[in-house]
Amino acid sequence: MVALPGADIPVTHSHDDEKPGFFARWFYSTNHKDIGTLYLIFGIISGVIGGYLSFMMRMELMSPGIDVFDSAHTYLVFVTMHGLIMIFFMVMPALIGGFGNWFIPIMIGAPDMAFPRMNNLSFWLLPTALICLLVSFFVPGAAEGNGFGGAWVMYPPLSTTGSPGPAFDFIIIGLLAAGFSSIFGAINFITTILNMRAPGMTMHKMPLFAWAVLVTAFLLLLALPVLAASLFMLLTDRIEGGTAFFDPARGGDPQMFQHLFWFFGHPEVYIMILPAFGIVSHIISTFSRKPIFGYLGMAYAMVAIGVVGFVVWAHHMYTIGMDVNVKAYFVLATLVIAVPTGVKVFSWLATMWGGSIRFTVPMMWALAFIFLFVIGGVTGVMLANAGVDTYFHDTYYVVAHFHYVLSMGAVFGIFAGWYYWYGKMFGHDYNKFLAKVHFWLFFIGVNVIFFPQHFLGLNGMPRRYVDYPAEFALWNEVSSWGAFITLASVVVFFAVVIEAFLMRNKRQVGNNYWGEGATTLEWTISSPPPFHQFSVLPRIDGGSDHDHTEVDEAYARRLGDENATDI
Amino acid sequence: MRAKHAVTALSAGLLALVTGAHALARDVGDQYGPEANGWFLQDAATPVMEDLIFVHNLVQVIITGIVIVVFGLMIYICLRFRESKNPVPSKTSHNTLLEVVWTILPVVLLVIIAVPSMSLLYKQDRLPETELTVKAVGGTWNWTYSYPDFENVEEFVSNPLDETQAKAVGQPYLLATDAPLVVPVNTKVKVLVTSVNNMHSWAMPAFGVKMDAVPGIINETWFEVTKEGTFYGQCSEICGIRHYYMPIEVKVVSQSEFAAYIASGGEPEDKFAGLDLNETSGAVMTAANR
Repeated sequence: MVALPGADIPVTHSHDDEKPGFFARWFYSTNHKDIGTLYLIFGIISGVIGGYLSFMMRMELMSPGIDVFDSAHTYLVFVTMHGLIMIFFMVMPALIGGFGNWFIPIMIGAPDMAFPRMNNLSFWLLPTALICLLVSFFVPGAAEGNGFGGAWVMYPPLSTTGSPGPAFDFIIIGLLAAGFSSIFGAINFITTILNMRAPGMTMHKMPLFAWAVLVTAFLLLLALPVLAASLFMLLTDRIEGGTAFFDPARGGDPQMFQHLFWFFGHPEVYIMILPAFGIVSHIISTFSRKPIFGYLGMAYAMVAIGVVGFVVWAHHMYTIGMDVNVKAYFVLATLVIAVPTGVKVFSWLATMWGGSIRFTVPMMWALAFIFLFVIGGVTGVMLANAGVDTYFHDTYYVVAHFHYVLSMGAVFGIFAGWYYWYGKMFGHDYNKFLAKVHFWLFFIGVNVIFFPQHFLGLNGMPRRYVDYPAEFALWNEVSSWGAFITLASVVVFFAVVIEAFLMRNKRQVGNNYWGEGATTLEWTISSPPPFHQFSVLPRIDGGSDHDHTEVDEAYARRLGDENATDI
Repeated sequence: MRAKHAVTALSAGLLALVTGAHALARDVGDQYGPEANGWFLQDAATPVMEDLIFVHNLVQVIITGIVIVVFGLMIYICLRFRESKNPVPSKTSHNTLLEVVWTILPVVLLVIIAVPSMSLLYKQDRLPETELTVKAVGGTWNWTYSYPDFENVEEFVSNPLDETQAKAVGQPYLLATDAPLVVPVNTKVKVLVTSVNNMHSWAMPAFGVKMDAVPGIINETWFEVTKEGTFYGQCSEICGIRHYYMPIEVKVVSQSEFAAYIASGGEPEDKFAGLDLNETSGAVMTAANR
């Protein structure tokens, strides 16, 4: 073993932990861990707002008739804002901004992100964006009332001539801000991962979460500018006498917007699920006490999903009147995605095979993730077939499908990561029993909400309906009962967080509280990590290419000494 | 008001006389739409929908199998390899044969799905030699139908019935309209679909048909219904505040009835004939102000 040049420089711990004052620390923050925490808090706040919107929707749909909302327009505004807030302000900030910022630098052995100030900008653009969206609730949208009710897909002409008020302009500005935030974040992650890996950390030794975020960052970098461009085109189309990109009366084409939107929109769904894949891989490996099965296959399956994800967008628009040969292509290309996805699922199962499995809280979330993601994935195979999708397009079958992959896929990934890394991030443990109650309530709640929606879709119920024929009453009512169970689980989640915070001094945790099996670099440093970690870069040892990284023994000993003096 | 209704009632009576259907007492006939509290696909009324159900069922069997296999494996693994049962983990992290198998196997399943899926897609999308053309134009918020083949038939607007009206005529609320599109049975019908403002989508689940109404573009699709009756669908592309309130009703009649309908100028049947009009006209007012 060769010692690194930096290894001889004495590390003074007081310097590592010198934290700025409250305002400077949280508002001018350039520290990746503090920014990660801000993202997580922001994601929780947005999740509460988005969850409130969906709860109100379920209350309205509990029985036929319009009885909760005073106007159908407000219902559509809730539908629209639920989608936008959950996607751009809950899932993406939590998975990429939150866990990405927190653990990518640590996992690859870097002291911080490549561009700490840009990192600060990335975060602070988001609250600005969310405020723009929230303002849009209260300013005129369409003739029928305040807010924009054209759904998150924002198809013109409903979003241009159909919604003349300023509400949609606020949404455009907000989404542009959120989009730039994501682009800056993506640049930061790509630069960090490609250039700042610790010595010995080759690409093929990089933890799978880093692979996941790297692929995600490339998707963001390529997809978000397309969204930004189409939003700008909508903006100028909305000006009286402005452009006519999507106005058929002046030579424009409304279908063009759908192509642009879904060229962004489909990669966006992988942007939301890939980081969850990464997190789940680590959790499955840790609690099976086995290295990931087929590491290279897992990494390149994500790359394949990312690449193919860019050439399947029109499967969201099978009914707009495309040529049948074009549809045939999109059917086949979409079906292909099932192959790398299958590789991932089978590799997770093979990782567990022969392992020594512990059913900890994060493991429960990860196992549920796999099972529910498979259900959402196979209904995706159904929907990929354009012929069958003619029946299912814009029905509740689609709603059930994408909530199984997002509300259960991505969100289960978020909670898995939260309970896996909670001790690492905050230095103390949570109440395991309460956390399991949270898990079971959430698991039952979301399944009761979304499984019956398959039946509604099969029976033909269209989406985005404030009122429906009495024939759909039963399964809508069941679905709404699920919303109450999920609400209860959210209350328990906050109970877990508050209880853990109050008991923080009694439940401190060590470096590696999950024990053998947790092999990535974050488990070699203290919990919570020092304000600045790796002032001496770790050196990654190990001969073969797999994700089981072994830190230089001498370095690990020194870290142990440091922590000993720290406590 | 009353006089006008009396006239239309008279003409409807004449029409019924001509076509041999029974007289004034309104007979809704067979109605096909979503099943009450149903949990499966609507019954097929066209050969395309029959194929669609076949492909759906095939895929459903395959994906249910996949879910059962994955779930079963998970349960087995969790029981067999839990910590108390298997305290020392293996260190296996590669098995090339296994990895090749679970890459090839999904490909085989996808080919099994893709073949019938493609044949359905082309059957559904490629128009055969059609015998009748109808045009559906989406507006905010109703459908306007016309028969381009017949110059004597004027276009007509199909508005939703409100709750009271629907109850009065014995049809389901949010599915029934005041003027259905009338087409003959066992006839290949081409549907032209477009819109005058926002996007809409002309959807008829039992036919296996859904086609977006896009302003500036005329889309076409087709169906051949094999049984008579009244069929219901709903607008399936978000189009604004009354997206939920622009249903689609298609009345499929015998070819001779259809010929008579066209010969009489395609005047929509008056559904309120013989009903208490004071009650229903009040309901019309409410609908307009909703």
